[in-house]
Amino acid sequence: MDYVDGNALGGTFLELFGIEMTIATGVCASCGRTGEVATLHVYLRAPGAVARCPVCDSVLMKIVRSSDRTWLDFSGLRMLEIRS
Amino acid sequence: MAGTALLGRLTWQLADVVETIQETPRVRTIVLDVPEWGGHRAGQHLDVRLTAEDGYRAERSYSIASPPGERVAITVERLDDAEVSPYLVDELREGDRIEIRGPIGGYFVWEPKHGGPLLLVAGGSGVVPLMSIIRARAGAGTEVPTRLLYSSRTFDDVIYRDELERLAGDGLEIVHTLTRSQPPGWTGHARRVDQELLEQVAFPAQDEPLAFVCGPTSFVEAVAGGLVALGYRPERVKTERFGATGGR
Repeated sequence: MDYVDGNALGGTFLELFGIEMTIATGVCASCGRTGEVATLHVYLRAPGAVARCPVCDSVLMKIVRSSDRTWLDFSGLRMLEIRS
Repeated sequence: MAGTALLGRLTWQLADVVETIQETPRVRTIVLDVPEWGGHRAGQHLDVRLTAEDGYRAERSYSIASPPGERVAITVERLDDAEVSPYLVDELREGDRIEIRGPIGGYFVWEPKHGGPLLLVAGGSGVVPLMSIIRARAGAGTEVPTRLLYSSRTFDDVIYRDELERLAGDGLEIVHTLTRSQPPGWTGHARRVDQELLEQVAFPAQDEPLAFVCGPTSFVEAVAGGLVALGYRPERVKTERFGATGGR
């Protein structure tokens, strides 16, 4: 299955938080790779969106939305640095 | 969410279609009037949401083609068996309204202050955000050395062909390659963007170029990997992938 870039998650994060999260820097909890959310590999065809590390393929972020709520799982990230 | 938005949060809003431009048989530009548009940067995208009568919703991202300071325009390629693009390319009319949210993205963006040399590599409709960059560059009057390497299937599939021809010069070079068929007398490249073609067209790595690569995922993978192999610094190679056959 083909993936897109973390860029594709930008609209959802802007809607939820008002933050341009695609330029936030995440550290992969598995391999330590550091990079912008925009550079993650994102799979949109799962029930929700899944962002994986481009180096080790670990799942870093999961985002599932329904009509009235959103579930976020960022447990694959050791840290997320957001520029203000 | 409208009406309860916190400061800075992005909400869906209605945009009026003010003009449509048929670019190629499969590709159309849609010019939008968006009442609350805070302005965009070259390379950003927006999301479009369509709602069916039964409430079913589909969302897709589309790159913005117009440069900063101009009315928002997206250029959309019709993908067969897709949920959103056939409607946008074939059905949408002037005066219609669509739901959008944007502008979005802070990574795949270029401003004149970022300089160059600027290498832009497009596969098919991947040229759209790069066109915003080219138009922004022209509008700023900067002569940053810029090369667009643009891969299309056929001559008739080349989006923005006339405008690119007009804008060439003043430090902007356009290099076309046609992968599927070529018109009689074609003197341009006639193959996929491979390592040899990249090496011919790309600025040398020691010039510290800034590269933007956009297209189908497999195209972007090959080009970005090829540029890094030529010595480009990975953080200077910005990518935007569409997925299998397009969509943005």
